[in-house]
Amino acid sequence: MESILVLTHADETGSAPTKASLEAVTAGQELAAQLGAPLTIGIVAAQPQHLSKGLPSARVLAVSGDAFAQPRYSTDAAACEALVRAAQPTIVLAPHSARFSRVMAGVAHRLGGFIDTHITALASTNSNIEATRWFYRQRVEAVLTRESRPWFLLLDPGTHEVFSGQAASANIEQIAVELPTSRTTVTGLRAPQQGTQTIRPDAKLLFVAGAGWTKKQPDGQIHIEAAASLILGFLNASGASLGSSKSLVDQGSEGNSVLPFLTHLNQVGQTGATPRHPKGLSTCCHGEEPHVVGWRFIAERRAISLDPNCGWTRGKADVVYIADAFQVIAKLNELLESKKA
Amino acid sequence: MPNALHIVVCAGIVPDPLQTLDPITTPSGPGLKNEMVLPAVLDPWAASALYEAANLAAKNPGSKLWLVSLGPKAKLQQVMMTVAQKVPFELVPVDGPIGGFPDAHSTAAAISSTIESIPKLETAELFVFGGWESASRGAGVTLQLIGERLGITDQFQGVDQITLRDDGSFEVLERVEGGKHQVSVCAGAPAVFGWATGNLPEPRNNPQVGMANMRNLMPALQKAKSATIAANSLRYISVNLPRLQRATRVVKDMSPEEIANELVEWIGAE
Repeated sequence: MESILVLTHADETGSAPTKASLEAVTAGQELAAQLGAPLTIGIVAAQPQHLSKGLPSARVLAVSGDAFAQPRYSTDAAACEALVRAAQPTIVLAPHSARFSRVMAGVAHRLGGFIDTHITALASTNSNIEATRWFYRQRVEAVLTRESRPWFLLLDPGTHEVFSGQAASANIEQIAVELPTSRTTVTGLRAPQQGTQTIRPDAKLLFVAGAGWTKKQPDGQIHIEAAASLILGFLNASGASLGSSKSLVDQGSEGNSVLPFLTHLNQVGQTGATPRHPKGLSTCCHGEEPHVVGWRFIAERRAISLDPNCGWTRGKADVVYIADAFQVIAKLNELLESKKA
Repeated sequence: MPNALHIVVCAGIVPDPLQTLDPITTPSGPGLKNEMVLPAVLDPWAASALYEAANLAAKNPGSKLWLVSLGPKAKLQQVMMTVAQKVPFELVPVDGPIGGFPDAHSTAAAISSTIESIPKLETAELFVFGGWESASRGAGVTLQLIGERLGITDQFQGVDQITLRDDGSFEVLERVEGGKHQVSVCAGAPAVFGWATGNLPEPRNNPQVGMANMRNLMPALQKAKSATIAANSLRYISVNLPRLQRATRVVKDMSPEEIANELVEWIGAE
């Protein structure tokens, strides 16, 4: 018989579980119901009592202490290992967050288990658990299973509903952790030096800027400053998150003039992120990366392009506007600003 | 004062991103149609790791750089002809299967045992580099498993920058949610780094570097040991291309004002 452990961790404030953790709780509840399996929830946090309040009725295990206030391989791996040893599950579900994706393969190895990551869906057929994930950067979709246990599955954020059911007053079982000597000190978080927060994971809209913004315009000149002003104006007015094509980001590395607020962190596609937003608007993009790989998990997609024959938008975007993005975004910003006012 | 480092870069080879991929079933499990004849490249994240490693080695005289790569010998040879022109390294090839479908645990076991067999490798000075994901399996677990097998518990993923200090310690920037970096300071080697893109551009081809690398490359390929990648009970139920094809509406006759109006409505719609 299967038994399920959902591992969760605190957000930056330390006082609440991350959204992705609560999504993993939902996935755990659903799978436990399908399999008739017992559900245990594990918490990694400095003060786990703050996190247990919003959890469903289940056995709750936690590690606590200052060592777990910050993400770090040695301490987080030790914490997760202790929780799994205490729960003795056959299936371990966890969010594919930066914190847990850093350590969970190592934890699986320590426990003689196996791991699969970037899981987008879970199902059980005849008591057989099947996990769906993508290969080759979201180009090939596979359903897989394993007989070996424990089986660790890291769930991609945005693939399950955030747990919002009736919370039970959880009785936390504290699990002792033998901490290794730590050689790493986490000193904090650093935002890009450009000063503008352009990556907003919770935004409803992803705005993708392509290399066309830095190309010669109809007057024969390049208008970097105007492009930067238009894009930032749109981000401010719409609250969108900014993505970029690889070619545009690479221009900066190669010493060419480029939009000053773009970094590799903005990059979507083959060597960038594959973000999840309800809507996406691509501008001045040409190529497979923004339209196929980077947009795989964007629900509604529109594009502004000067090329009516761009094969990458056909079949990938819902609407393609054949127009000059400089003109359209300028008008769009005016309208959004007046709407706000 | 420079620190002499032993850097091992783990890098796979993947189909050129511009190739069309068509999954098929082979006797050994899922694969790609014409996989052996598809043009291949060094995995983009691993390539970033290699360039960063070469940069670090160049700044720290006495450092050594090995490139450990698992794949069919013929494909490795093809890809290395290009990669060898970029930066100096010593190739340690492992003859094994290609593709994203083999099990990551077995892959990690083969690579870690290869690293352990590198002559004169000093574990106390070891930095293990690689991509934090890949353009094939993209699971982001192989490096961690290698690190665990080598007993390295200072591991960093999504790395964009490391700054070595005179005392051997280093500051490392890892990507975390929200477009931010987590900043950590580690006492020093050994450590594992899963690189994101880093900050370095792709180096230009350098024929002299290519010539120097070639002296080692062909003999190493000839001596490459074979690795068997066990499935570890991993079984694929289905492997398919996504079928969704959107009915794209191409709008050619609207003015910027009209488009802007339509977009405002669309952005605002729930």
